Amino acid sequence: MNIVTTEKLTKKFGSFTAVDHISFQVARGEIFGFLGANGAGKTTAMRMLCGLSKPTSGTGSVAGFDIYRQTEDIKRNIGYMSQKFSLYEDLTVRENIRLYGGIYGIKEKEIKPRTDSLLDELGFLSEKNSLVKSLPLGWKQKLSFSVAVFHDPGIVFLDEPTGGVDPSTRRQFWELIYKAADRGITVFVTTHYMDEAEYCDRVSIMVDGRIDALDSPGRLREQYESKTMDGVFQHLARNATRQAD
Amino acid sequence: MMLKYLVEKEFRQLFRNPFLPRMILMFPLMILLFLPLAANFEVKNINLVVVDNDRGSSSNALMNKITSSGYFHLIAVADNYREALTYIELDKADVLLEIPVSFEKSLIKEQSADVMISINAVNGTKGAFGRSYLAGIIGDFSSQLRIAWIGSGDRSPVPSFSTIGLFKFNPHLQYPVFMVPALMVMLMTMICGFLPALNIVGEKEKGTMEQMNVTPVKKFTLILSKLIPYWIIGFIVLTIGFIIARIAYGLFPVGDVYTIYIYSSVFILGISGFGLVISNYAKTLQQAMFMMFFFIITFIFMSGLYTPISSMPDWAQFISRFVPLRYMIEVLRMVYLKGSSFGDLITRLYALTGFALFFNGWAVLSYRKVS
Repeated sequence: MNIVTTEKLTKKFGSFTAVDHISFQVARGEIFGFLGANGAGKTTAMRMLCGLSKPTSGTGSVAGFDIYRQTEDIKRNIGYMSQKFSLYEDLTVRENIRLYGGIYGIKEKEIKPRTDSLLDELGFLSEKNSLVKSLPLGWKQKLSFSVAVFHDPGIVFLDEPTGGVDPSTRRQFWELIYKAADRGITVFVTTHYMDEAEYCDRVSIMVDGRIDALDSPGRLREQYESKTMDGVFQHLARNATRQAD
Repeated sequence: MMLKYLVEKEFRQLFRNPFLPRMILMFPLMILLFLPLAANFEVKNINLVVVDNDRGSSSNALMNKITSSGYFHLIAVADNYREALTYIELDKADVLLEIPVSFEKSLIKEQSADVMISINAVNGTKGAFGRSYLAGIIGDFSSQLRIAWIGSGDRSPVPSFSTIGLFKFNPHLQYPVFMVPALMVMLMTMICGFLPALNIVGEKEKGTMEQMNVTPVKKFTLILSKLIPYWIIGFIVLTIGFIIARIAYGLFPVGDVYTIYIYSSVFILGISGFGLVISNYAKTLQQAMFMMFFFIITFIFMSGLYTPISSMPDWAQFISRFVPLRYMIEVLRMVYLKGSSFGDLITRLYALTGFALFFNGWAVLSYRKVS
């Protein structure tokens, strides 16, 4: 059972083809890594899947809804964490969770206990009433992820969630991702860190808007005769003609 | 249901802002307390130079009358016109009054005499007011003379007539009476037009707007959540305005306060909707500010706030019909000064409702969740 399906999905900005006929599937419950150099088209592809950007051509569905016509249904069933930290900095941790909980239709009386158990799990309970802007970056990212999966979406899209975060916090972040996957949430994650690619069930590697490789990390290493995912990535990225930006 | 959480969030953010709540209180105070006093069209201390070619008792009496009016400051009595003109050229005088040689003689013989007024029009307002004040004083002077002659009885009564002005609704032509109601409209425009626009563009810049766009929040709900707080703030500002007008100027509406509130509620919706439209097209705060300033300044000048619409050229009068401020300023002035009732102003309500529907409809349509 696939939660994401795309067929020749394309996005053009004028004469520039940001995403070039990509076709792939993501199975329900898997952790799907979406790799690629800067400017390879990862974020654009992800924005189309989230209903933030209209595709130029091709077809696709997310959580059983069409990415052209049913964007609002898609939005009810996904979580999204953007590259840029985007919780409200002038609201407290609790207020941010309450806001998004309310928006996704969680019942008023359920929000409070769920907030407490979430914060307890994160070890944030003491920061419940702190303004988000006072938190360190690693905590912000973890909070941002927790808010994105607070409403138990079918799939969560993470756009470079660990950018600029130290290795130990990244490790903790991935533990959160595994916990979410255990709850049955499909994880669609873009990253630059090749060690993170190893944590995924399957990875796709985008080069110049195309998907040049898609398989489990183990099989990709075998196929490209490399000991690490880094080697696989270097091998593919060398063929890129697009300038990184 | 979502709306509740969104409005709650807007209020939390507003009250947590270190600057905005104070601004919302200070702004009406500053504008209503200082602007009507500072930006007063009543002109005082007009510098006058007189060329008295007659040097008779009548010309002396006239000069005394002029200087005792309090508006004029006699800086010099020149010997001839040329000399007097140098005062104007040096910008020392605003108005030049020349009394002819045979002033008293013609007054007695022909019961009339001409004087000449020359104006320094570099400061046009001061010059124009100086001319009209001076003309008024001279007119007054001549009617006093007539009455004196009639009283002395040795001449046949001189047929004459004069106009007596009666200024309805603002008998003393006090500037604050006229300006304060209009300034309240300006206040509502600044606060309820700018703040929602800047709020949305601010969220765009921070990236929180994109996060909202991946949620199932409906466009209409989101727009409403931005409108409601500023709608309430608009009422607060208006109420503060009423209180200041009462305390500082002793002004209270001759008409019904509720009429003002009802009309304002529609006006605020319209002007906030206008701000939202701007915010949908602006990508940065800089763009939004610039666009808002352009439109708000145009609105203010075309609204009849400072200059009467009826004295504008036809094309400007036509444009002013599309300025929502115009209708609201008319409503406030008419309710405050004339005591117009709800029904008297109904055509303005139609116009304001039209603006509110138009701008908010446009705001919802132009808001893009999907790019």
